[in-house]
Amino acid sequence: MRAPPSTVRASKLVTNAVAVKSETASIAATKSGHELLLFEALREGLEEEMERDPRVCVLGEDVGHYGGSYKVTKGLAEKFGDLRVLDTPIAENSFTGMAVGAAMTGLRPIVEGMNMGFLLLAYNQISNNCGMLHYTSGGQFTIPVVIRGPGGVGRQLGAEHSQRLESYFQSVPGLQMVACSTPYNAKGLMKAAIRSENPVILCEHVLLYNLKERIPDEEYVCCLERAELVRPGKDVTILTYSRMRHHVLQAAKSLINKGYDPEIIDIISLKPFDLHTIGNSIKKTHKVLIVEECMRTGGIGASLRASIMDNFWDYLDAPIMCLSSQDVPTPYAGTLEEATVVQPPQIVKAIKQLCG
Amino acid sequence: MAPSISTFRRAICTRVNASRFLASPSPFRNFSSSTEDSTPFTVDIAVPFKGHKIEPPPQVVETSAKELMTFFKDMSRMRRMEIASDQLYKSKLIRGFCHLYDGQEAVCIGMEAALTREDNIITAYRDHCTYLGRGGTLPEVFSELMGRKDGCTLGKGGSMHFYKKENGFYGGHGIVGAQIPLGVGLAFAQKYEKMKAATFLLYGDGAANQGQLFEALNMAALWDLPAVYVCENNHYGMGTAEWRAAKCPEYYKRGDYVPGLKVDGMDALAVKQAVRFAKEHALSKGPIMLEMDTYRYHGHSMSDPGSTYRTRDEISGVRQERDPIERIRKLILFKEIATVSDLKNIEKEVKKEVEDAVAKAKESSPPDASELFSNVYVKGYGSQVFGCDRKHSTATLS
Repeated sequence: MRAPPSTVRASKLVTNAVAVKSETASIAATKSGHELLLFEALREGLEEEMERDPRVCVLGEDVGHYGGSYKVTKGLAEKFGDLRVLDTPIAENSFTGMAVGAAMTGLRPIVEGMNMGFLLLAYNQISNNCGMLHYTSGGQFTIPVVIRGPGGVGRQLGAEHSQRLESYFQSVPGLQMVACSTPYNAKGLMKAAIRSENPVILCEHVLLYNLKERIPDEEYVCCLERAELVRPGKDVTILTYSRMRHHVLQAAKSLINKGYDPEIIDIISLKPFDLHTIGNSIKKTHKVLIVEECMRTGGIGASLRASIMDNFWDYLDAPIMCLSSQDVPTPYAGTLEEATVVQPPQIVKAIKQLCG
Repeated sequence: MAPSISTFRRAICTRVNASRFLASPSPFRNFSSSTEDSTPFTVDIAVPFKGHKIEPPPQVVETSAKELMTFFKDMSRMRRMEIASDQLYKSKLIRGFCHLYDGQEAVCIGMEAALTREDNIITAYRDHCTYLGRGGTLPEVFSELMGRKDGCTLGKGGSMHFYKKENGFYGGHGIVGAQIPLGVGLAFAQKYEKMKAATFLLYGDGAANQGQLFEALNMAALWDLPAVYVCENNHYGMGTAEWRAAKCPEYYKRGDYVPGLKVDGMDALAVKQAVRFAKEHALSKGPIMLEMDTYRYHGHSMSDPGSTYRTRDEISGVRQERDPIERIRKLILFKEIATVSDLKNIEKEVKKEVEDAVAKAKESSPPDASELFSNVYVKGYGSQVFGCDRKHSTATLS
């Protein structure tokens, strides 16, 4: 199937729309744009791409008539039909495999895991077929799937529903992985992921779906491999992603009041890391704190530390500090669950330790 | 021998007259003997069983007054518990996921009537009532739901993770379908240990489309394991109706080479008959599949209103015509085992039990911070865990 020409929005397409410090200020200044919640931003991106390219389709549990368990696909089945927004039976391994198979012929399916944890049932399909087929077929097959869904520790959802799958998928060759954290980058990354010829895992977070932000009216796409400079600074580089970005920002308020000047980078791209942006920051500040939601063992932080040491050892003035979740299944009790995840006071304490 | 009908009739008249004229219930417990009466009598099962590659059991089941009264009280307790959980969830004392079982009580009550504690039951996340049926107590349930340390899993599991190993209840699982291979494993162990007991694996119509179900079924049939697959078909897999998810929604036939039986899951006596039949089959011939035709009044979970994919008329229709507790109530009244006010008193008792349990659970404290690291590994492993800044050790994993 050939892709149709893009005719939906006549206005200028802005690529490489990396957020800069005054992003929100400039949008507010122009008084344009529209305010929405993160799940609506995801839906907007998805809808625009489905209008643009008829090969884009969605499949997952309760995505169609129910509208999605987090309302990301609400209204799409009525608009695009039951085959393009497909309600699957509860068979994750099979429908993920089905999506990979469809992609091999040229379709561009988006698989929604109702919770990322359920995609563990599809691990074989994601790792062996989705990730590796392009390589093992000598380039004959491309697998332009997007696998997305909410993950991370929520509000007392129990151990099995609080998984951080980014740590399990990060070593699968052939996959790209990004994590959205604001409505702006959610929409941009969704569009970029759909347009990418590589399989992309878009990690969303259960607790971020109701974040509100003003995003531009004109069409934009974020770059899948680019980290986002959230706040420039010179004392220390804080690398984070997804929900922890917001914990870092909360801690930053307190740190700035105490006179620290942290540079905050939302790494966005979990696989591969944007070592260019990260490296430039380290060369400026010489100190790194990584704040992640993965467990200490084998998480994104662990790989990032290794990458930074490999590439920027000479620029470091202090050992890399990494704050991660505890290596335990997430308990149900609220107080225990809070203790599993990194909280803003711990971030403040770590910066004080690192910077003195 | 059962007392003659005329004796009952006279007693009813006296009691009715007495209660009309006295402010408090009559001190004469005319029915105390009859409600404890274990003399068996037979009851016809209204909805016919449907068999797949098997001759269904007879449509008459043996029961007794005592059993019916137990059914009524236990089901009322379960219903009250679920309604209380609904209210606790809305007042944010229960968080996260909460899947309620009201409407489906007949399935677990009927099963318990036909099984022993040597038999195993394993189910998915809609497990509050199944846990109660397996000997769990109300304070344990509410404490766990509110994340307190007196809960059945120390407050660390939550709604979807209730277990009671000593009574043969193996949970309590969040991932749809994952409990089925576990259940076949339990049956395997029973065969291995030469136990004369069976394992009942419960799953829903949504999970019936999981591949692992069929893989495990093949193995159970291949090795004649005493596994009974029980599909609690409440006709909706979260928001998706059964006919939209399954090409063949006749779940008792999905076993193909494994025989199956379709049962009216809202009739506790039919369930009892079918489960007894299935256990005999499992112990002598191998796996069998039961489909319980049941219904849930609440939505899939507390975050699902349950009315976007089904009509309110449908829900109230089932409640009026097929409610499991009403069915037992009518049978008890018809057989003149107890009066309307007796049954109302039981409901009041049960309501008080539940309220007391909730109050007790509210007083229980959340788990200690050190519980974060307990039971990750079996004691004695000795591995150390550091706080997330790695500067000080917070605990030894034990």
